[in-house]
Amino acid sequence: MTVKLSYRNKEYEVPAGMTVRDALKKIGLQPETTLAVQDGKLMTDDTILKEGMKIKLVAVISGGLRP
Amino acid sequence: MKCRKCGATAAINMRQHKLALCADHFLEWVPEQTQRFVEKYKMFTLEDKILVAVSGGKDSLSLWDILNRLGYHADGLYIGLGIDGRRSPSGEGIGYSDESHRLAEAFAAERGLTLRVVEVEQTYGATIPELAVISNRGRDKPCSVCGLNKRYIMNRAAHDGGYTVLATGHNLDDEAAVLMQNTMNWAGGYLVRQAPVLEATQPGLARKVKPLCRFYEREMAAYAIVRGLDYIYDECPHAVGSTTIYYKEVLNQMEEHRPGAKLQFYLSFLQAKEQGLFALKPGDAELHACDKCGQPTTAPGPEGCSFCRLWDKVRAVKGARLPASAAITDPVEA
Repeated sequence: MTVKLSYRNKEYEVPAGMTVRDALKKIGLQPETTLAVQDGKLMTDDTILKEGMKIKLVAVISGGLRP
Repeated sequence: MKCRKCGATAAINMRQHKLALCADHFLEWVPEQTQRFVEKYKMFTLEDKILVAVSGGKDSLSLWDILNRLGYHADGLYIGLGIDGRRSPSGEGIGYSDESHRLAEAFAAERGLTLRVVEVEQTYGATIPELAVISNRGRDKPCSVCGLNKRYIMNRAAHDGGYTVLATGHNLDDEAAVLMQNTMNWAGGYLVRQAPVLEATQPGLARKVKPLCRFYEREMAAYAIVRGLDYIYDECPHAVGSTTIYYKEVLNQMEEHRPGAKLQFYLSFLQAKEQGLFALKPGDAELHACDKCGQPTTAPGPEGCSFCRLWDKVRAVKGARLPASAAITDPVEA
C-alpha cells in the first residue's frame, strides 16, 4: 500500500493514506517549496494519497533545496 | 479542498491569502492580480513598449505570458550566458544555456512574439563562466559577474531598443530574500533602492519594473505548470547553495509556521519606505556617462564603468580573440 513520488530524478515511496503535506515532510521537503503534480494536475497539500498514485514533485525554488 | 469561487476541486491553496482556487480560477486570478499590481505601483500602461527579460525559467516566461494575455506590447530579451552546467570536472554538462534559449525561442515562436537575443560570447568574446575565471571574480560562483553583465545588457538593450520599460520576473520570494540579506547587513544603500519600480532617474537608464513582486514563488511555479508552459526546471546550476537560496529557505521555514510571514515582511518594508524610514544621502546613486561605452555608471573616469573594466581585463588575457569594439557593440540583435 504505497505511493510513488519522484523528485529531481529520485524516487521515493510513502504509505498510502498520508496527505501530500505529510509525505513531503516525511521525505525531508518543505511543503512551502514543493508542488505535487499528478497526470499534469496540481494537488493541494491536504490531498490524501491513494494506493498506486504516481506523484511528480516540483521544486518551486529555482536551482536549490535538495533533501 | 474546494475552490472558493466555484466549489470544484482546488489546484492550489494560498495560505497567506486564505484562498484556495481551482485551475481555471487560478489562471484568471494571477493575471487579474498582476494587473492590480501594475496599476497600484504605476508600472506601465497599454501605450508603453515593454522589454521582458526572459531566462527560460518559470517566472520570466509566466510574466511574458501574462503581459501578452493582458494586451500589453511586450517583447522578450534573452541573454545567452554560455553556462553549460557541468556538475563535476569529469561530468557531462546539462547544456543549461542552450536549453533555456531553446525554451525561450519556442515560447516566442508559438505565440508569434518577438524575442531579442544577446549571446555574451559572440558579442563580447567570452562566456560568463570564462569571464569569472579570467577576471578572478567568483571562479566557481560566477554570480556576481553574471549579475553585472545581465544588468548592463538589459539596461542597454532596453534603452537602445527604444523600450519605455524593462520588466523582470522577480517574485516575492526573490524580493524578500534580498531584503533579508540587505537587512542582515544593514546595507542602507541597497535597501533604499529596492522597490517594485526603479525610475529612470538619469539619461541612459531604463525604467525597471517587477510586476510579479507580490506573488510567492510557489504561485508562479504553479501558474507555469497549470498554464502548461514549458520552462527550464533546473534553472542555473550556479545558483545551488547561493546566499539567496539560503535566505529563501530561512524565510520559508518562517512561512511554514506563520503563513503570510514573507508577504508581511516585504509589504511592511515597502510601507516603511513610503513613510520615509529610508532616504538617499546626498551623492548617493550619482551617475555619470561611462567614458568608454556611454552607459550610466557611479564610477566616472578614463578606466570606464565596472562592465568595461571587467571586459578590458578579459581582453588583456585573451587578446586577439576578442573583438576590439566588444564593449561598444550594439548588443541587441533581432
